Amino acid sequence: MGLAHTIWISLLGAAWVALLGGRRPGAARAVALITSLAGLISGLVGALGFGVGNELVTLWRVPWVPGLGIDFHLAADGVSVVMVLLTGIAAVAGVLFSWNIEHRSNEFFGLYLLLIAGVYGVFLSFDLFQFFAFYELAIVPKYFLIAIWGSTRREYGAMKLALYSFVGSAMVLVGVLAMVVVSGNGSFDMVKLASTPLPVGFQAWAFPLVFVGFAILAGLWPFHTWAPTGHVAAPTAASMLLAGVVMKLGAYGALRVAMMLMPLGAKQWGGVVAGLAVVGIVYAALVALVQTDFKFVIGYSSVSHMGFVLLGLAAANPRGVAGAVLQMFSHGVIAGLLFGVVGRMVYERTHTRELSLLEGLRLARLLPFAGVIFVLASVASMGLPGFSGFVAELQVLMGAWQAFPAAALAAGVGVVLSVAFTLRVVQRAFLPDDTVPVTEPEHRLAPITVPEKLGALLLLGVSLWVGIAPRGLMEWIDAGLASPGFATLRSTMGWP
Amino acid sequence: MHAIATHIWLIPLLPLLAAGVVALLPKRASTAAIGLATGSMGLALVLSLAAFLATLGGHADGAAHATHIGNFDWFRLGTGSVRLGFLLDPLGAVMLVMVSFVGLLIFIFSIGYMAHDPNRTRFFCFLALFASAMLGVVVANSLLLLFACWEVMGVASYLLIGFWYHKPSAAVAAKKAFLVTRIGDIGLFLGMLWMYHATGTLLFFDDGRGCLEADALTQLGGTAVRGGLTAATGIALLLLVGAIGKSGQVPLHVWLPDAMEGPTPVSALIHAATMVAAGVFLVARVFPLMTGGVDTPVGEGTSVALQAVAGVGALTAVFAACLAVAQQDIKRILAYSTVSQLGYMFLGLGTGGVAVGMFHLITHAFFKALLFLGAGSVIHGCHEQQDIRWMGGLRRLMPVTYATYAVGMMALAGVPLFFSGFWSKDEILHAAWSWAPSRWPFVLGVVGAFLTAFYMTRQMAEVFFGQYRGGVRPHVGHGIPEATHGGTAGGVHESPGVMTVPLVLLAGSTLVLGWLGTPAWPWFEAYLNGHSAHLDFGRLAAAWPMMLVSVVVVALGIGTGWWVYGRRSRVGATAPDPLESQFPRIFRGLQARLYVDELYDATVVRLHHVVSMVCGWMDELVLGGLVTLVGLGSRLAAFSARSLDELLVNLGFDAGCASTRWGGRGFSWLQNGSAQRYLGGLGLGLATLAILVLWGWRHG
Repeated sequence: MGLAHTIWISLLGAAWVALLGGRRPGAARAVALITSLAGLISGLVGALGFGVGNELVTLWRVPWVPGLGIDFHLAADGVSVVMVLLTGIAAVAGVLFSWNIEHRSNEFFGLYLLLIAGVYGVFLSFDLFQFFAFYELAIVPKYFLIAIWGSTRREYGAMKLALYSFVGSAMVLVGVLAMVVVSGNGSFDMVKLASTPLPVGFQAWAFPLVFVGFAILAGLWPFHTWAPTGHVAAPTAASMLLAGVVMKLGAYGALRVAMMLMPLGAKQWGGVVAGLAVVGIVYAALVALVQTDFKFVIGYSSVSHMGFVLLGLAAANPRGVAGAVLQMFSHGVIAGLLFGVVGRMVYERTHTRELSLLEGLRLARLLPFAGVIFVLASVASMGLPGFSGFVAELQVLMGAWQAFPAAALAAGVGVVLSVAFTLRVVQRAFLPDDTVPVTEPEHRLAPITVPEKLGALLLLGVSLWVGIAPRGLMEWIDAGLASPGFATLRSTMGWP
Repeated sequence: MHAIATHIWLIPLLPLLAAGVVALLPKRASTAAIGLATGSMGLALVLSLAAFLATLGGHADGAAHATHIGNFDWFRLGTGSVRLGFLLDPLGAVMLVMVSFVGLLIFIFSIGYMAHDPNRTRFFCFLALFASAMLGVVVANSLLLLFACWEVMGVASYLLIGFWYHKPSAAVAAKKAFLVTRIGDIGLFLGMLWMYHATGTLLFFDDGRGCLEADALTQLGGTAVRGGLTAATGIALLLLVGAIGKSGQVPLHVWLPDAMEGPTPVSALIHAATMVAAGVFLVARVFPLMTGGVDTPVGEGTSVALQAVAGVGALTAVFAACLAVAQQDIKRILAYSTVSQLGYMFLGLGTGGVAVGMFHLITHAFFKALLFLGAGSVIHGCHEQQDIRWMGGLRRLMPVTYATYAVGMMALAGVPLFFSGFWSKDEILHAAWSWAPSRWPFVLGVVGAFLTAFYMTRQMAEVFFGQYRGGVRPHVGHGIPEATHGGTAGGVHESPGVMTVPLVLLAGSTLVLGWLGTPAWPWFEAYLNGHSAHLDFGRLAAAWPMMLVSVVVVALGIGTGWWVYGRRSRVGATAPDPLESQFPRIFRGLQARLYVDELYDATVVRLHHVVSMVCGWMDELVLGGLVTLVGLGSRLAAFSARSLDELLVNLGFDAGCASTRWGGRGFSWLQNGSAQRYLGGLGLGLATLAILVLWGWRHG
């Protein structure tokens, strides 16, 4: 058991589920749960065995296409470890929240596990070609998950997501190939690429190309519009994964490829990125305020909170980048929980996400567990102390204050706005006042099931744990940023 | 070091644990919940008293400030780390005792007040959470920890104001309170970021490396930023914004009166005695920073930040007192009075230093909690009626409540000698008089003192004197919905012992506390500064002119109040207010809170709505539209390419196809629909691929 096994376990699980046939949904989800749990445990074992050394640990390396300098190179540093743990947690919670999938369940869980395998693969790749291959492997199942099992305007949502992803991928691919060619190493090895600085003039145009290509998937304004529609169209588990890990792929790629390999470009474009990030934070929060669909609110809130990740990366100092990585983890957990509540606990029972219809139902009375969880998740989402979001956003803003004080100031406005839209949705969806007439639901709402409760408590517990005792995760992040891969970034940015 | 000093973190932890356990209890286990919450508060009080005693001894030298500190790493990053810590010093100890004592009494009072509420388990969970956060603010030795507790306190306050969330006014008020204080919190947060950036630490005291210690202060005071301001001033002003938000100072005062929609014990605990005082406490805690980072003796410390503190305080003191004059809801009058008194505390801090402001904070906490609980008792007795026009004559119907309320009223009004409010307010006016930069704060303070005496006399006369006017049930705007009793004079009753005993205890404290800070024996100031106090009646001689002024002002206020309201008591509930008939315009303007809320609605709130709508449209139309346009464009391109294909390329292709079709027949056996053969083919392909790859690997 170790970090690399997370990929193989998920792939095997995907194959196993696919072979089960469509008539036994119970078996399919059992296998999916076992697989995702095994992946989580495997990642955890690997993480604990990893220690907090500053090195980059190679897990598996074989030549793949030797003629082109492509290796199959699985490796990990502290940052990878944190992201692998997030993936494991999100995967388990996603299965628990899709316990009720009956329609073509073996295909659903097969694609689900394939996606998970791709995500694990990205976080453990240190060969640029392989990185890209896993990145695509994670994106393709996404389309099918939304298009087949989705709801509102699912073809539109799926297609929009796919188009944006592929445009981003194309930009990344061009940039990646150019990097390899220009470096003259004849190798896709990322550490080697990082240690041979690319020419400034090249980085000046290739950095924005690659960074934006990745950041599209992280919800960078103004390329964020795929996110809300995609989230809304997606089935619960898919939106949990979309917000929980797929958006992180973009942010991770922006850090691991764009910034790590082209620090000079990052330095040059930092201000622009910070500006876009801040606009995203404030803008998405404003848009979230006027949404009438419960899931759209959460979708835009995701975009707003991902803005903090990008802001931390733009700051490009230890606090900012560490905060960005922690925010990826934190947002993955919290957004997963919010989508779980909205999609599974509320929508699949009431069959509506219109806040004006939900108001009348008095959900706090009908689904008290969902109400309590949503209020706590909202508190976490607003970045209040005690939950992971606080530690993460605190560090991002500490870093941003150092690099771009004005951006930190503007992000502060975003924080107030996020309180405004979160309280609005809490009060409208769960705690409406007496002026709203009571409507009875068309049929009795089923009580919250045990898997849902377990999934919610898992995510909430993790966020609380990181919020109170962030030391463990921070040690990995700290070690990761001190690993050899980031050496050029560190020296370029003048880190101590 | 005393054992209590090293275990000071237990004090906030106990109520936190209680809150956690209560949260997991089922709704029906309300007795256990009440026991746990109240018990934890009782223990916290015992520990706080122990901590207080520990700060009493062992600082005869005066210089050491008797500060006990325990710091630890929260997490590390690179070479730096983010550290948190706890401390015990006189400033904190006195707050600890006040918060846990007043808190415990209010918990006990709530047992009676909330006895019929079906959700009291939840209520006590929130109360305990709140108390824990407040105690955390007090013992925090780190701006970060203080901020964290400060925010948790905000959440608890939100939950408690909105406890009856089905009441529209409560739901709106809770949201408003959270949002407005959050605006202030952003200031505090940014100040914290700046502080960390400038000094590299957020610990207050850390063996000379803390941000409130000489090295850091000198550095901050010496760093110039734009506009001739130093970094110390910039940070201090940002922190002040946070304090203004939490303590309901102008211009962020709008949330506090609305917060009265919560249950009355909540108003007493959070929005009178403790949480709103946290802003004042914050200024006191970072006072060395407020003086501009330069260690100036009190009285000469006229840094920009302190001038701002004094200015905001004086303005708020008068402004809120004016609004209190025209309110008709018993709790709203008290709420505006709280805003006004918090203004006095700021004024005291700004002009006289920590001891002056803090002394008023402590005395005010006791008598304002007393007044609020008294108001709760009145409301409870009058069947949830909160409008003073529908009260009257309660003096005979609720004697205990009346007597204790009178003590609170006289303390607030500043009646001399026996009431604590007199001594603490007198110190503030004295400090304002001798303040070098300006006399305006003093003038405003005196006007405020007159108004305070006036509106409290009005309230006493309306509520307790004359005839009971609540016989006919009016249309209640603010009453809680479950109040459906009929209201006859006979129905008004004195509250049970569980509610009146806290009143009596608070009244007793109100009478005693004043003696701790008289000019002749300024024990409180000496204690905070780590000296020992000695009795000296000579100082009284120096202070008596100011005391005379304050006595005259109070007498004028009470006299005017009695002349207007007490001489002839109100005939019926619907009769207009005497002031209203005299000055209808002014009165209605004040009643409408001088339209500040409306101003905010018309500007900030409206702007915010418009911008949100515009962003919403933009996302849908412009960005969404662009995507659709690109989609359409590519479809158009695809269509024309296809047409080109069909018309030109395909013509030649069709000819070629005829021959291919013949060959195709031969291959058609491959596609005979047999899954086995497909899989076989797939396997063959995979095997071939594998062999190729292996071959490539060997020879590569």
